[in-house]
This record gives sequence, structure tokens and C-alpha cells, in this order.
Amino acid sequence: MKKKNRVWWRLIFLLLLIATALAIDWPKEIKIQMPKPKVNLEKKSPFIKFKKNGDLVNFKINYKIKEGLDLQGGSYLVYVADLSKISDKDKSNAVDSLKKVIEDRVNAFGLTEPVVRTSKSGSEHRIIVELPGIKKTDEALDLIGKTAQLEFKEFKNSDFYSTGLTGKDLKHAGVTFDQNTNEPQVSIQFNSGGAKKFAEITGRNVGQPIAIYLDNKVVSKPRVNEQINGGNAQITGKFDFQEAKTLAIQLNAGALPAPINIAEQRTIGATLGQESINKSIVAGIIGIIAVCIYMLVYYRFLGIFSTVGLGLYLVFMIALFKLFGVTLTMGGIAGLILSIGMSMETDVLVFERIREELRNGHAFISAVKLGFIRAWPSIRDSNAVSLIICAILYTAGGMIRGFAIVLALGIVIGLVTTFLGTRTLIDLIAKRKFVKNNWLFRVEKKGEE
Amino acid sequence: MNPINYRKWWYLLSLIIIIPGTISLVLFGLKSSIDFTGGTLIEIEGTKDKGKIEEITKEAKFNNANVTITNKGLIIRSKPITEENHKKFKTDLNKIKNVKEVRIETVGPSISKEITRRAFISVILASVLIVIYLAISFRRVPKPANSWSFGVTAVLGILHDALVLLGIFSILGHFFNVEVDPLFITAMLTVIGFSVHDTVVIYDRIRENLIKGTSETFEEVVNRSVVEMLDRDISTSFLAWIIVFILYLFGGSTIKYFLLTMVIGIISGTYSSIFNSASLMVTWQSLKEKKR
Repeated sequence: MKKKNRVWWRLIFLLLLIATALAIDWPKEIKIQMPKPKVNLEKKSPFIKFKKNGDLVNFKINYKIKEGLDLQGGSYLVYVADLSKISDKDKSNAVDSLKKVIEDRVNAFGLTEPVVRTSKSGSEHRIIVELPGIKKTDEALDLIGKTAQLEFKEFKNSDFYSTGLTGKDLKHAGVTFDQNTNEPQVSIQFNSGGAKKFAEITGRNVGQPIAIYLDNKVVSKPRVNEQINGGNAQITGKFDFQEAKTLAIQLNAGALPAPINIAEQRTIGATLGQESINKSIVAGIIGIIAVCIYMLVYYRFLGIFSTVGLGLYLVFMIALFKLFGVTLTMGGIAGLILSIGMSMETDVLVFERIREELRNGHAFISAVKLGFIRAWPSIRDSNAVSLIICAILYTAGGMIRGFAIVLALGIVIGLVTTFLGTRTLIDLIAKRKFVKNNWLFRVEKKGEE
Repeated sequence: MNPINYRKWWYLLSLIIIIPGTISLVLFGLKSSIDFTGGTLIEIEGTKDKGKIEEITKEAKFNNANVTITNKGLIIRSKPITEENHKKFKTDLNKIKNVKEVRIETVGPSISKEITRRAFISVILASVLIVIYLAISFRRVPKPANSWSFGVTAVLGILHDALVLLGIFSILGHFFNVEVDPLFITAMLTVIGFSVHDTVVIYDRIRENLIKGTSETFEEVVNRSVVEMLDRDISTSFLAWIIVFILYLFGGSTIKYFLLTMVIGIISGTYSSIFNSASLMVTWQSLKEKKR
């Protein structure tokens, strides 16, 4: 009696787990209200709100499974900061402000969810930029890579000399159009200190040219006609609109405190990624069908349970992807599909053991029990080896990391579905009379051979 | 069924597969991708005009550019290029109708060195951890076997699979320009995991049968264990294999060789577990007995 209860408890637990997973998987908003005990469940992007007797619990979930750069198209860029001119104690500060400036520049470009992070390898400081879904990579590269050091120089003794007025004195830069030629130009507005300096410089240089330098190159050399108060100026060069816009963004974000050089670039077009997804999904479905057919033909009645188990497995995996915000890459898809094969292996090891115990003359109910217990050591050993390898691959990063994460998740979830899901379902029917039919399990008893 | 009895034939079959690959490995080595060597790879769709593209790369001052034709277009490989090179290249490329750059990858020397180092470390780390795991897992094995013979023969099985894969990719690299990249290393480690997995299932059974204790000889026990586990090994491997194979046939092009590595590797892994590792254990045992 007690045992029977345990099976039912497990079933209830399993059903709750499935319901939760389905609620997370469901691509639409959900609202559930229970009057007693008073529980409110609300799923609305990006949170699941869970209210019990007025206590609010928020779970952040990802509404959609995030797609990696290789799937949605985009750029992965690694820059190495050239800190040779910066003293050791200022280096980490410089890297932080590099990151900040690059972030500002990228954000101003209006991309969705760009990522900027830093990493250190040996003595090399790196800045990693991920730009999902960008079509015009070249523009992005222009935008990020330029130091954008703006400087105003005055003409003295047949050469140009620094005035001390630089990009640091800027308040705002924007794109405007020349009223006469209609060419794009960059309008700058100085802050109060800059405006004062600018007025002084223009005041003492009436009739003389002033040079505007960007990254130590002359952009334009306008002649000063009169002293300019109010702190407004225009940079006119031979810009096209895109160049003017890029320069304005760079000036607003500030100059890079140190030059950066590109060390790695990976850009993949969205079409290549989309093609890969579509094909892999079709292949995945064919693969799943093939696996189900194999299990049904080879294990007959037990195969039904692994087919159901496979369904549960997918429901759980998708829920976990959303819960942990796993980014799906091409490697991840391969890992997912491979892990389907591996989760079936656990079933195979258990089912083979059950058949063996049936062949040895055990009744179905005890064969099931022994099957799960005796198959465990080999299941544990083989999965442990796979998890060790996943852990090693995880450290490798990139596409490989996606593969390792998904495969590891798959191995764990595969074990849960077999030992909780499949097991509970088999236990539920274990006492029925029809399980005495050995054909159902492709078993010939020893005496009958 | 008496597979262990024919063990010399299984060894021979393995050698027939391994030797050509090993010769190629020694003569030609492996073709490394830009991840390991550093460089630029550009994939273009919409044209197969090799000469025209070569001309463009020359004008954009690409260093050591090498253009190969693929199913849908062309792939250019060269030493790492700068942004200026690439800009010039793109301007010229856009003058040709319906041609687009679908992928560009540039890996600088400091990054490629690091990727290479990490690949080495992960292969070594994986091998060491697997051996340690096996040694712990099989530390208590009843006589006449010893835990060493379990560990060493399992590792020989792994070596078999690694040699098969490296050899085949050396041949593919020499004749079909197939490159070895970090994904290949990943696939190889996964395959090794599978192979160990199959071996562990068989060894578990050998241990179980040895513990039970019968009047059989060691060879008979191993043979019976292999036969008892045959269904299981073939089933589990087949399930993973069929799914990878279907993905290889119908899946996207970006991970084609990654999948091919697994398609070949899983077969090799299953074979080596069933026919090599267990057989070697019997060979080991009989050599030891001869010595006495």
C-alpha cells in the first residue's frame, strides 16, 4: 500500500514539473489564478510573477530562446588594447574607460543587445564586442576602431601648434547640413570652458587659419573671419552622411584613451545562419522520428515509454533554455540533437537490463525494479565520462562552449526524464495483467529458446 | 558467437584502416584552419570566377591569398588582412552583380596561439581525467584481471579512435582541402567520450561476471560479457549515430565536417570498444600467462 502511494506521489510531482515546464515553454502570456490557497501566477515578458497570499516572487525568464551570432548573423570582434604608453597603475583604469567609450559608441549606433566585455590573456588586455544582426559590419568597425582624438591647432611661425582645445571640451556633436552646398557637416557645441577657450583662440587668430585635427590628421583648415563667442563650430570636410554620423557618434562618446587593434573578427551573414537553422530543424525532426521508430521496433511496449520520455525531455530542455537564458548557437543545436541520442542510451541500458531480468524468469514488476537498479552503475560511469568532457570543452569558449553547455544539460535532463518520467510511467502499469505477455518486450524465456 | 576468438582478425582490420591514415599524417600532416594558424577567411556567394576574385585580392594587397571554389561560390584564405585591405576588397567586390560576402573571419597571431594552446590542453586534460576516472571506477577488479589492464586497454581503444580520425582528416585535408579546426577537436573529444562510454558498459559487465565467479576461463568470461552487451552497445551507438548521420545529410553547411567527424568517430568508437579493448585485455592476460 505504501509503495503504491509513492508511485502516485511521484506522478503528481512529475505532472507539476511538466506543467511548470510547459508554462515556461508556452510562447504566449499566461495568467492563472487559484482562489484557495490564494495563488496568482502571471507570465508576462520578461518575468514570471508568482503571488502567494500577497507575497510576490519574480522569476526572470527569457521569452524567446536567444540565438547566437552564428545563427542570426552578426559580428564577433576582439580588439587588443595598445597600452604601451600608459603607466602600469593606470592600465586597468584605461581598459575600463575604453570599454565605456566603446559601449557608448555602439549604443549610439542603435543596435539591439550589443555586448562589450573585457578579458585579459597573459599581459594582453582584450575588448570583445558582439554585434548581433548587424548588416553593415564595415561601418561598425569604423565606428568602434577610430581613436577619435579631436584637437584644434593654431598657425604660428609657418606651422600648426596645439591650443589645448580638444574633444574633452565638447558638450555635444551632431550632423547638420551646410546651408550653401548642402553637404553634411559635423556641428559641435563646446561646454562653458571650451567655449571660453574657443573665443580666445578665434580672437587672437582673426585672418589666420585654424586646423582641426582628428587622430593627428587634418580634417579641415577654416579661416577665422571674426572672434566666435557662444561656443559653436562646424567641422566641414569631404564627408558623406554616414561618415559625418559616425564622427558625431565618436565625438559624443569621447576619444579612446588608448589605441586598439583588431585581433579577431568573425562576421557571418544572417542568410547563412537562417539556412543552417531551417535545415537542422528538419534534420532534427527526421532524426527524432528515426530514433522513435527504432525504439518502438526494438523494444516494442517499452519503446512507447521512451517515445513519451523523449517528448518530456524536449519540454524540459526548452524550459531550461528559457530559464537560464542559454544562447543557442549552431554548436548548441548539434549538442541538443546529439543529446537526444544520448538520453535514449540511458533508456536502452535500462530496457536491455529489464529484458535480461525477464529472460532470467523474473516477473515484470521485479524485472523493472532490478533493471533500473542494476543498469545504474554503467549509466553513471558512462555519463560521468561525458560530463567530464563537457566540463573541459566548456572552458574552450565560442561555438564549442554552446555545444558543451547544451550537451551537459541534455545528459542531466536525460537522466531525470528516464529515472523520474519513464520509471514512474512504467511503474504505473507494472501491475496490469497484460505485462505478462513476453512478446511485448521481445523476450524469449530461456526454456523456450 | 565467439568474437574474442577472432581477435587477431579484428586487430588486422583496425590496422588496415589506421595505417594509410598514419602514413598520410606523417607525410602530409594536418591542414589547420585559420583558428590555429592565424589568417583571414572570406566566403563569397554568387560567383565562381576564380580569376576575377584573385585579381581583386591582389589589388587589395592580400598576402598569400588562396581562392578555392565551393558549392555556392568561393572561399578566400590569406594571411590576416587589415581593415583597409578589406574595405578596398569590398568596394571592388560590390561592383560585381549579385555577389555578396556571407562570412569573414580574421584571426590574429596572438589569438591563434591561444586557441592552439587551449586545444592542446583540453585534449591532454580529457585523456588524463578519463584515465583517472577509469582507474578509480575499476579499482576493485577480481583476479585474474587487474585494474591496470582495464585502464590501459581502454586508453588503447581511445588511441585507436583518435588515430582513425586524425588519419582520415589528414587524407581529406591533403586531397580535398578539409581543415582541422576547434570544432574538429570538439568532435574528437565527444567521440572519445562515446567510445569510453561503450567500453565502460562492456567492462562493467566483465567485472560483474568476474565477481559472480564461474568455472569459465578469463577469455570465456570476456567473450560472454561482450556477447551479452553486443545488443546494448550497438543500440546505444546506433541511436546517437543515426541522429548525427541524418544531421550530416540534411543539416546546415557550417558544421558539416564537425558532424562528419562524429559520423566516422562513433563507428570507430563502437568498433574499438567491442572488438579491440576487450580483445586486448585477453591478449594481455594470455601474454602474462605465457611469461609464467
